[in-house]
Amino acid sequence: MKFIIAIIRPFKLDEVRDALAQAGVTGLTVTEVKGYGRQKGHTELYRGAEYVVDFVPKIKLEAAVPDERVDVIVDAISEAARTDKVGDGKIFVLDLVQATRIRTGETGDDAL
Amino acid sequence: MTAMTSVRESAPRLAVASLPLLTLFATAVLAQDAAPAAAAAAAAVAPTVDKGDVAWMLVSTLLVTLMAVPGLALFYGGLVRAKNMLSVLMQVLVVFSLILVLWAAYGYSLAFVGGNAVIGSLDKLFLAGVTKESLADTFTATVKLPEYVFIAFQATFAAITCALIVGSLAERVKFSAVLLFSVLWFTFCYLPIAHMVWGAGGYLLGKGALDFAGGTVVHINAGVAGLVGAYFLGKRTGLGKEKMAPHNLPLTMTGASLLWVGWFGFNAGSNLEATSGAALAFINTLMATAAAVLSWSALEALLRRKASMLGGASGAVAGLVAITPACGTVGVMGAIVIGLVAGVVCFWGVTGLKRLLGADDTLDVFGVHGVGGISGALLTGVFTAPALGGTGAADFSIAHQLGVQALGVGITVVWSAVVATLAYLVVKAVFGLRVSVDEEREGLDVAAHGESAYEL
Repeated sequence: MKFIIAIIRPFKLDEVRDALAQAGVTGLTVTEVKGYGRQKGHTELYRGAEYVVDFVPKIKLEAAVPDERVDVIVDAISEAARTDKVGDGKIFVLDLVQATRIRTGETGDDAL
Repeated sequence: MTAMTSVRESAPRLAVASLPLLTLFATAVLAQDAAPAAAAAAAAVAPTVDKGDVAWMLVSTLLVTLMAVPGLALFYGGLVRAKNMLSVLMQVLVVFSLILVLWAAYGYSLAFVGGNAVIGSLDKLFLAGVTKESLADTFTATVKLPEYVFIAFQATFAAITCALIVGSLAERVKFSAVLLFSVLWFTFCYLPIAHMVWGAGGYLLGKGALDFAGGTVVHINAGVAGLVGAYFLGKRTGLGKEKMAPHNLPLTMTGASLLWVGWFGFNAGSNLEATSGAALAFINTLMATAAAVLSWSALEALLRRKASMLGGASGAVAGLVAITPACGTVGVMGAIVIGLVAGVVCFWGVTGLKRLLGADDTLDVFGVHGVGGISGALLTGVFTAPALGGTGAADFSIAHQLGVQALGVGITVVWSAVVATLAYLVVKAVFGLRVSVDEEREGLDVAAHGESAYEL
């Protein structure tokens, strides 16, 4: 099992969600986050006070998937989230040690 | 050039004369003396109370209350960080309430009842002798107001002036310090300045200073007291290193809008009668404010490429402040020019001048109210001239009037600065001025009031 963490542009969430559904992902967790990478933040001016806001709003998306589905799913996210401009985001894939469905007690791929 | 010696009779707010006795006397004469000549003479001076005036002044008093709570409270509240929201709302609410009560106790008497050129008397301490029947003067000799209306209207002026100062001290001042300072400054600064500008026999009134609705008494006065306070308190912990952006500009917009609406009571109400004078103050309040919104926004767009909402709202307040002393005596085009100037000058007040002064005037009370008030007071001396559309007499001299206006500004700045300095020293010795750094980090809502504005 793998654990996929993707950071994407907020307005791309719906497209990514549709692409993931088509790729067979059955469950997804989404969080509104802020962060910075190569994309620049912006400057805010309040009367005489100026603040540089480095952190850009993003969506963090998490999904646990079977090993053999990883490449398809990473491709699906990349395709759907891409705008070809700086700030499109990143996808991280981690090894997942264990998964348990709380209701039934199933574990491993059966729990995904 | 007009003669330097001729000053237009200003239309300042008149002080209250205790007229119930005179009224009774006149009635007695009417009743007892059947001689037609005597009766006619008595009838000619018999004061009348107009229901329209009374209704308008009650509404005006409500409007000024609306300016403070919730207008000023929300305007300030939106500008601070979320952790200090309630502290600012609470400071405005309690200072406003405190001064209202002190006004009835001794403020009204010391500001408006008899006395000398500098301060009134204690003749109406605790409103002694004021009854439902007692009357206050208006600008028309034969038209009076119930004294209670005048007392209530003026009470809101004193109270909002003290509440304005809160903005300079916000986010780090002790609640107890705000309250004690308000009492001291109200007593030793607001009351004498109000008496000098508006009270019968007041020094600046006698000099012919024009301050229709309180540019010096309210705005310069509060702006200077705030600036001195910002120096005494020192900068907020983390200033320049941490983000201290406003936490809710929609609330600031709501507050600014309520201030604008309420200001019609402040300015047009200062006419004391529902007449053409009120109409002039009303339209000037409308136009100067709009002009200042435009000039501040345009300047931001030019200098920073973006016109901000906070800039627009700040422009509105700057315009309102600047037209306050002028609204009863300048023409509408003069008001628009005053508004345009105020938007530009106050923008400088909160940027360039603020950097020069080096004080952490949290919500720019001096930059907007001090600078806007001074600009308005001086420009009143210019645009009251009949040649510029004002209501000044034919022999109005701009040069002379500017001198008088500058004298008023100077006395107010110095008086307020000196009294504020002494008052802050006393408060520092009694309670201390600042909360601890830990409390400041935690936020005054929890640290000083034991509650949070937002549960997230």
